Amino acid sequence: MIEESQIPWVLASSSTTAVEATSTGFFPLQWLGVLLGLAGLIFFLGAAVGMVRFPDFYTRMHAAGKGDTLSTMLMLSGFALVTMEDFSVGSWLILVKIMAVVLFIYLTTPTSSHALMRAAFEDDEMPLTEADLEKSKKRKRRKKK
Amino acid sequence: MTHWFAIVMGASLFTLMIPVIYRIWVGPTGFDRILGVNVIGTKTAVLLVIIGTVFDRVEMFVDFAIAYALLNFVAAIVISRYLNRTISLKEMEAREQKTSGN
Amino acid sequence: MYPILIFLLLLVNWIVLSGKFDAFHLGLGLISCGVVTWLSQDLLYEDRRKKAKARLEEAWAFIKYLPWITWEVVKANLHVFKLAMTKAGYEEMSPRVVTFETYLKTDFAKFVFANSITLTPGTITMLIRGDVFHVHTMSQFLEDDLLEGAIERKVAEVFEPEVLKSK
Repeated sequence: MIEESQIPWVLASSSTTAVEATSTGFFPLQWLGVLLGLAGLIFFLGAAVGMVRFPDFYTRMHAAGKGDTLSTMLMLSGFALVTMEDFSVGSWLILVKIMAVVLFIYLTTPTSSHALMRAAFEDDEMPLTEADLEKSKKRKRRKKK
Repeated sequence: MTHWFAIVMGASLFTLMIPVIYRIWVGPTGFDRILGVNVIGTKTAVLLVIIGTVFDRVEMFVDFAIAYALLNFVAAIVISRYLNRTISLKEMEAREQKTSGN
Repeated sequence: MYPILIFLLLLVNWIVLSGKFDAFHLGLGLISCGVVTWLSQDLLYEDRRKKAKARLEEAWAFIKYLPWITWEVVKANLHVFKLAMTKAGYEEMSPRVVTFETYLKTDFAKFVFANSITLTPGTITMLIRGDVFHVHTMSQFLEDDLLEGAIERKVAEVFEPEVLKSK
């Protein structure tokens, strides 16, 4: 798509010729990658809508902490499969690196969300209880009437 | 074909970041804002891999994605530690009673 | 045994991140991994009395644990999706804080248990003080599931089988 000579920051010779030869269609493995990426987008849609709609900080944390982990994982592994066009050493290295990012995010997202929740709790940010939620729901209904 | 998929994917990922930006903009507490920044940071690591696919230079952009994910995690931990205030044990227990008592 | 293990781990990282297999880069990797192992090998693996076989079994148990937790993450995301997108799901939401005590001993097992709680549907670890966990839940039936202790048993099977035997 882009000539190598146009990019000034090319550091090593890349395998653009192999990519050009095979980029006319998708392999079955690449179709799997496309499906994984689309599933990740759908889950991220759920997380984003949840972050807007949920009533307080702790419930929003549910949406962010879970949706973030799975959608990032799905999208990254999907792209790892999409970029596996030739099974050379370079593409295997890219696959291993992307899987390292996936494992890292898998371990760190719950940890950072736990740290944030603890900080919020110690900063006197009380979670909504069921009774508060009922009150706010009733208020909304009254407004509608 | 791969390029088109990557471009469409990146554009839709960017569009889906807008609700999160709304949460950063209005967020009633500071923690909501940090949470939004954290989510966008994680998604930026994905976006870097997608940009690498568009430019046919995934092997370079993957390294950026690794560094970005590391920095994002460290930033979340540091900010939450900074906003964390140490409270006395008594106060903590009173607060726990208040949340779990009902 | 442990310094050699740490050296091999660092070397694998070096090879993956550099991506070059000629003698110069591999030699640089050997030298720098050796220096790092010599200077700071006591930071990893606190308990050094365990034998190699026990470590291998632990790693294998952790690998067997990963598919289960991945399936749990998928279920958790479907639950969040339902709560966020449909009106009925939003009505059923009832946030609460649940407190309970765990029987896990080591810090690493507690860390894995807290992360597993965060990743399973409808629950997030809010605060850990000693053995007491404070968990924020979103729906009633998930809370019952948590208090039954299925996740805790799963984590104990992997990391502390001796605790489970004594119960």
